[in-house]
Amino acid sequence: MSVDAGDTDSLAVLLSKDADVLIARWVALTSAPLRGKVSEAELTRECRELFDTLVAAVSTGSRDFQDPAFVEVRAALEELSRNRARLGFTPSETVVGVFALKRAMLETSGQRTGDTGLREVIEFTLLLDTLGLWTFECYARAREEVIAQQAEQLLELTTPVVRLWDGVLAVPLVGTLDSARTQVVMEKLLEALVETGAEQAIVDITGVLAVDTQVAQHLLKTVMAARLMGAECTISGIRPQIAQTIVELGIEFGDITTKASLADALLYAMRRSGVDVVRKRAQVG
Amino acid sequence: MTAPTGERDELVIAGDEDVVRVRQVVRGFALRAKLSLVDQTKLVTAASELARNAVNYGGGGQAVVELVGNGRRVGVRARFADDGPGISDVELALTDGWTSGSGLGLGLSGARRLVDEFELETEVGRGTAVTITKWAR
Repeated sequence: MSVDAGDTDSLAVLLSKDADVLIARWVALTSAPLRGKVSEAELTRECRELFDTLVAAVSTGSRDFQDPAFVEVRAALEELSRNRARLGFTPSETVVGVFALKRAMLETSGQRTGDTGLREVIEFTLLLDTLGLWTFECYARAREEVIAQQAEQLLELTTPVVRLWDGVLAVPLVGTLDSARTQVVMEKLLEALVETGAEQAIVDITGVLAVDTQVAQHLLKTVMAARLMGAECTISGIRPQIAQTIVELGIEFGDITTKASLADALLYAMRRSGVDVVRKRAQVG
Repeated sequence: MTAPTGERDELVIAGDEDVVRVRQVVRGFALRAKLSLVDQTKLVTAASELARNAVNYGGGGQAVVELVGNGRRVGVRARFADDGPGISDVELALTDGWTSGSGLGLGLSGARRLVDEFELETEVGRGTAVTITKWAR
């Protein structure tokens, strides 16, 4: 298909001719599957912006999406996609808005030409769009499953129980402590307590960025469970900003021993289990 | 006052992973507003509480985070809104240790203590919106 790049591009003319009708129809078609998650005014603004940039690009005579003429169209689409993703739309719900212009154009131009042969071809391309969309949706879902699996594996990986000393176990926590994570931590710690017969457990939260009430509650539960198993539990790695936040929040750790660093906690745990650490007398030389 | 105010971000809060995202975004804004490490942590923690409340009690909602300025200072403002059942007794809800769920009952009252400005709008049957602001010192 050859395209004449003149002052008046035929496609640009066709698009601009009934622009308002076309955009109104486009908005209507787009808003239906979005189930009111985006306001009509917002949608009209988006469609109008996309339409204008598209007409501007097309009027240069270019039909190549990679062409510099389309740089603004790409930017508009990128912004639209980002907005949709943030609002929790599925990939299809996002893309369908672009395809809707095709149907809108078919409907508005079809009223004029009435060429049945052309209509059928376009109808078929519309069907192909849905097929493409479906494929894309399936692919995206498969990808998300992989990501979810990896997240699960990461959960397992990032919660090791380490033996620091004979009878002293430690769980260094990193990142976020949600319910699922706490469950894993608690199970691993309790199992390790049984296996090793350790009587001292240290939960280190140096790597936890924020301790909110939920994290605190989970920590308290873990400590309680360890105590029920007959172990003494210390929470270490409480940084100054975390300490101040905890106080302000009003969380009380009760009689649970807390230490600023893992080293302090280790020393405390060793002393509690009857080991004392003594510095060698400095060598005189 | 050189920090660019007016920057904002909107997020959907539907589940636990969104609470984590809210924390990250708020932390980013707190860094740009040059909040001290302690204030960053306080703001992030308050945001975490309120986002989680929106999930647990409001059935999900929306968060808007923005950089604000009052002419003298730069700060971060975050608004958490949900379409949940609302709070029938605000005073009770803000009491330390009281919870309608299974938490510690310190989230809402604690969040209020962690920030400089705290505004709660709620209507039974319509939802709850909490706006918090933390100013850079």
